[in-house]
Amino acid sequence: MTDIQYLAPTSLEDAIGAYAAADGAARILAGGTDLLVQMRAGMIAPGLIVDIKNIAEAMEIRETEDGGFVVGAAVSGAALEDHPRFGQVWPGVLEGLNLIGSTQIQGRASLGGNLCNGSPAADSVPALVAAGAILTVQGPDGRRSIAVEDVPTGPGKTQLKPGEIAVNFTFAPRPKGAGDAYLRMIPRTEMDIAVVGCGVNLTLENGVCTAARVGLGAVAPTVLLVDAAAAALVGSTLDDDALEAAAAACSAACKPINDKRGTIDYRTRVAGVLLKRATKIAADRATTA
Amino acid sequence: MAKMHISTTINGEPEEFLCTPGETMLDVLRNQLDLTGSKEGCGSGDCGACSITLDGTLVCACLMLAAEAEGRTITTIEGMAEGENLHPLQQKFLEEAALQCGICTPGMLIAAKALLDDNPDPAETEVRFWLAGNLCRCTGYDKIIRAVLDTAADMREAAK
Repeated sequence: MTDIQYLAPTSLEDAIGAYAAADGAARILAGGTDLLVQMRAGMIAPGLIVDIKNIAEAMEIRETEDGGFVVGAAVSGAALEDHPRFGQVWPGVLEGLNLIGSTQIQGRASLGGNLCNGSPAADSVPALVAAGAILTVQGPDGRRSIAVEDVPTGPGKTQLKPGEIAVNFTFAPRPKGAGDAYLRMIPRTEMDIAVVGCGVNLTLENGVCTAARVGLGAVAPTVLLVDAAAAALVGSTLDDDALEAAAAACSAACKPINDKRGTIDYRTRVAGVLLKRATKIAADRATTA
Repeated sequence: MAKMHISTTINGEPEEFLCTPGETMLDVLRNQLDLTGSKEGCGSGDCGACSITLDGTLVCACLMLAAEAEGRTITTIEGMAEGENLHPLQQKFLEEAALQCGICTPGMLIAAKALLDDNPDPAETEVRFWLAGNLCRCTGYDKIIRAVLDTAADMREAAK
């Protein structure tokens, strides 16, 4: 770690200016729970670290007048959990984020960091994809919005351009009867990386599913939006046939790897199982919403 | 390399130090400020032996840059006792032998205090999940969990 520089600007423009000027040698610091580990392991040696936690927009949690939410990219899991309303409206997103690491990690880990780290097994990302969350990024050429499912392009890679910084996430207002849930499979009860993660977000009207989105993690090079699974749920009463069809669609979407945590066969099968379970939880929440 | 001058508050006292931009808070606590109660177990946020609070939030000092301490408030295990008077958690850990080698103990105590500050009456499951990021290779955890629950009960009784 020689000749490293640290900046913690209060303005987004200053952060972008410094980040862009470093020409690829800089890294953004939100919670640091991936960045500092990668630096210590010698995987990366940034010349500049730009801490975005002094930028108000990256740290705010705001409920908009129409009932939507804007959540800063660097907001910690602990801060989002403490918010009186977010977890009521988006319990699946919150539980995805809160599943990352220990209490100590939750004090720092953020949605923006989890997404931009680009891990296929990132726990908050399938829930964000299911929620239809939109990432706003800003760079030297201005602002743009990207659907969360389009952000990762491969393990450790995103479509953010040089100098672009993740600013915040936008969540659309919830219709009545909407609910979301995130479940992951790990070999132990805590402190592990997902073998499969599944986020489901749906809307029920008179017991019929009128809208659904399904996000799957750890079963492909990037987190997946599984349209075919959502299509199997929409129009149904979430009966066994619909759940089986949606589960089969999830399994069909899987392109996983074999590793020490799970085999291809296991991950493919568990993706369907988690879809069914997460759908039931989301439906329960939709009924009581 | 240019050092950074950082002004912060540690255990209630204003503190200033110089650090390099890549140094962690744990390095500065242990190597410069002689606050060696925070331990380095893994250096990657897995073991919790370096637990501190940053503006009241439980974090791992090994996953925080020292430069981030500018203008913030930090508490470490050294700030837990008041003079000679141990915090009830420290006293209970001694009484119930909730430690063996002691390496994990500062982190356990800081993490347990953060829990009880937030929730004076946690269920056993809540204590176990809260402390899941604090690894102990000696005790099997039961004594630690029991000591935290017993302390919570004592503190609730004392608050009546």
